[in-house]
Amino acid sequence: MISNRIMQSEEKLTKEDFVSDQMVKWCPGCGAHAILKAIENVFPEIGYKKENFMFVSGIGCSSRFPYYVNTYGVHGIHGRAAAIATGVKLANPGLSVWIATGDGDSMAIGGNHFIHIIRRNLDVNILLFNNQIYGLTKGQYSPTTPIGSVTRTSPHGTIEHPFVTAGLVMGAQGTFFARVPDNNIKLMTEVMFEAARHDGTAVIEILQNCIIFADGTHSQITDKDLRDDFQLHLKHGEPMLYGKNKEKGIQLKGQKLQGVIVGLNGVEMEDILIHDRYEKNPGIHRMLGKMEPPDLPVAMGVIRSAEFETYDDMIEVQIESAREQSDIKCVDDLLKSGETFEVD
Amino acid sequence: MNNQATYKEKESVVIKFVGDSGDGMQLAGTLFSDTAAVFGNDLFTFPDYPAEIRAPHNTLAGVSGFQVQIGSDKIFSPGDMCDILVAMNPASLKTNLKWVRPGGIIIVDADAFNKKALEKSGYTSDPLEDGSLDVYRLIKAPVATMTRNSLSHLQVSARLAERSRNMMALGIVSFLLNQNLDTTFKFLADKFGSKPQVLEINKTALTTGYNFAETIEAIGSTYKVPKASLKKGTYRSISGNVATAWGFLAASERSGRPLFLGSYPITPATEILIELAQQKCLGVKVFQAEDEIAGICSAIGASFTGSLAITTTSGPGLSLKSEAIGLAVMTELPLVIVNVQRAGPSTGMPTKSEQSDLLQALYGRNGECPAVVMAASTPANCFYYAYEAAKISMEHMTPVILLTDGYLGNGSELFRIPKVSELPEITPPLARPNDETYKPYKRDPETLVRQWAVPGTEGLRHRIGGLEKTDIYGAVSTDPQNHQMMVQIRENKVKKIAEKLPPQKIMGDQSGDLLVVSWGGTEGSIRTPVKALQKEGKKIGHAHFNHIMPLPGNTKKVLESYKKVIVCELNNGQFVKYLRSEFPDISYMQYNKIQGLPFFTGELTELFNKLLETK
Repeated sequence: MISNRIMQSEEKLTKEDFVSDQMVKWCPGCGAHAILKAIENVFPEIGYKKENFMFVSGIGCSSRFPYYVNTYGVHGIHGRAAAIATGVKLANPGLSVWIATGDGDSMAIGGNHFIHIIRRNLDVNILLFNNQIYGLTKGQYSPTTPIGSVTRTSPHGTIEHPFVTAGLVMGAQGTFFARVPDNNIKLMTEVMFEAARHDGTAVIEILQNCIIFADGTHSQITDKDLRDDFQLHLKHGEPMLYGKNKEKGIQLKGQKLQGVIVGLNGVEMEDILIHDRYEKNPGIHRMLGKMEPPDLPVAMGVIRSAEFETYDDMIEVQIESAREQSDIKCVDDLLKSGETFEVD
Repeated sequence: MNNQATYKEKESVVIKFVGDSGDGMQLAGTLFSDTAAVFGNDLFTFPDYPAEIRAPHNTLAGVSGFQVQIGSDKIFSPGDMCDILVAMNPASLKTNLKWVRPGGIIIVDADAFNKKALEKSGYTSDPLEDGSLDVYRLIKAPVATMTRNSLSHLQVSARLAERSRNMMALGIVSFLLNQNLDTTFKFLADKFGSKPQVLEINKTALTTGYNFAETIEAIGSTYKVPKASLKKGTYRSISGNVATAWGFLAASERSGRPLFLGSYPITPATEILIELAQQKCLGVKVFQAEDEIAGICSAIGASFTGSLAITTTSGPGLSLKSEAIGLAVMTELPLVIVNVQRAGPSTGMPTKSEQSDLLQALYGRNGECPAVVMAASTPANCFYYAYEAAKISMEHMTPVILLTDGYLGNGSELFRIPKVSELPEITPPLARPNDETYKPYKRDPETLVRQWAVPGTEGLRHRIGGLEKTDIYGAVSTDPQNHQMMVQIRENKVKKIAEKLPPQKIMGDQSGDLLVVSWGGTEGSIRTPVKALQKEGKKIGHAHFNHIMPLPGNTKKVLESYKKVIVCELNNGQFVKYLRSEFPDISYMQYNKIQGLPFFTGELTELFNKLLETK
């Protein structure tokens, strides 16, 4: 059993408890504003003491986040938020640790720390602002920019295969992965709440629009006219249905997921996959995470939340057991342990 | 067991055990040293491993060694030239013969000098027969045969018998040094107590070697090193890396701040990580990170969260940590970065020692980025400098770079065990819960130190980070005047630490002809020749620095007090460059050695004599 060591709040908190006095300096229309709103919504609901929330970030537009929310916070250096957060959580497992990061911060310069924090299943929450571009340095391609995109450093189109965040997270043995578009604050708030409740590294990929340098980069998924056909909102225990009238569904055919229409070509409701986010085997979760248009919708909501031991819990357990078993109770004991001799 | 042969008293003896990586030379050397320590000798040991874990058998690359100097007076180094060399195979003799003083004793396992082994180590003729060792006292012991024979009644496998050759060799050395075998037996019992057969085999081999030495005439006279006059107390042998780890544990306990280590394995610093990983019983949290950067960044996170946070590394790792050190400077968080230096640049010579990271420690960061730099100077005082680094770091809210080196880290000496309660108090400037006057960058007007407000504390929520902040309030700022002021404050904060440091000492008279200046791991190898010259009446002194940034307040006075100053370093002249920039009016000479080797008494004595003679 994994222990949650975070202190509960005795007073009822409100949004105002987390609103910062700093001027928010993201561009008007930036998707980051929605993420900030969702955090202000969800933090009072989680139930932890307000002093036990902690934000850590790296560098980039996303990483200004700690200045805009009234919690303890560290604005770190490029790519290293996961590493800093690891020290924070290990030093005090009683903190609810949140990382604000971007596609460049976590999947380019900080790729190593990103995969390793996930592999260790440290109990932190990662808000991954994926706008598929370097915004703060003004428009260079990132590790998630679609191949062929023209950016300031790819005037002839990028020749790099982009990462699929879900694939990377689950390849690194991720235990929690969720995805939300930046124009659905309700879903974002729900998913953040679930992330907070998950013991282990919870990655939330937010498909974020950069209005200046990659405007419309997710529009094929997020546009009003398209979103019903290209977003699959996953709910645990329910069939995977999408489309304006939920007439479409996901079926496992052979080794592949396929989009089908219920009632057409002999497809019955029982042929549609039921979502099980708690399944430990990541097979279906991986396939769901990698679905993309035009053949399939993009999976939204909590794709995976499997329970595995957390690094921070195991280190506490090891320390407790070492304390009980060892004769060395203080540094004086240690200094005198082993071979010593007296001089009179 | 009593040695009846006549013996010569000697003030000190240097012994080196060398053999193939699997020959058990580290164990033989350690047992010898521990036995000498119990008798009451002072000592200094140094292991000499190959970079490869197990290089091919009987090759030059696979030679592993353990050197120890024991003495009846304070011993400052493992010694330059050996009085006794124990060589278990031709390769180890070949690589170490240059370290044996003429007339010294060489003990070889004659059985190992077969044609194949000789060829593998590049000998064209057998050195045991061709007269090339005539200037030494050669003891040809058929170690392998004797070990096998002595164990025949125990019915042990050839492999087990082979593995106790080291004890047979140790037995010979024990006789030569008139050591008490009962003490060695006790250590063997501690080590192999749970394996009675192995214990019996080792004891038998040890006794056989001892008896062999007693009966052969080749031995001639033996040596005895009288007891050293050590201060009353409890002692143990300790390596620099273990002492460093324990110093941090002590500082954590004394300050009440939990200990966190974030580190990535790197030669020769890894032992600190290994040691602390074994001390979970004291509550230390050890995080083996995915890389050097994660090591330091996790430590910064833990520091913000209220831990005494440490990261340990060696030169190339310090390069990788540079940007994060800047973050710790900017956020004004306590952090100790230990650099167990090795020969560089780049990968360099990982198992060889050097002092060439000083300028990197002082200046190797972007921006105006002052950090405290200090250095330990003996294996045992790594404990005290680790403790002090932790104390300065927490009390002054600043990163501290603690420089040791491979020679200190792996070397061992006797350590008089202190009581933790007798160590200086450590009082971190923790902010009080719900202190309405708390501001992230409000400072103590005397020390310029800001407060440490730990997440989880009620009423102190705040943000820090790498962006420049306004004075007092800590809001992000690009204001020109504010930036200049903050740069100045950060620099002054570090400089002011000098007021708390003990004055720089001179070993010797307060004035004279030649002042030898050094820092870090060279203290022992310089002290020995300086002391000898002082005994001859020469007006020579030694100022050995442990505090480098800031320097002790009386540094200039110390440097001006002698007619000549020579700065000796195992690099191309980094400390002297720093001193020239700090005190340009003083004229400095410099002596530099960059060979992955320590200074030798002989070369320094010659150098100092020459400088003392010339006007």
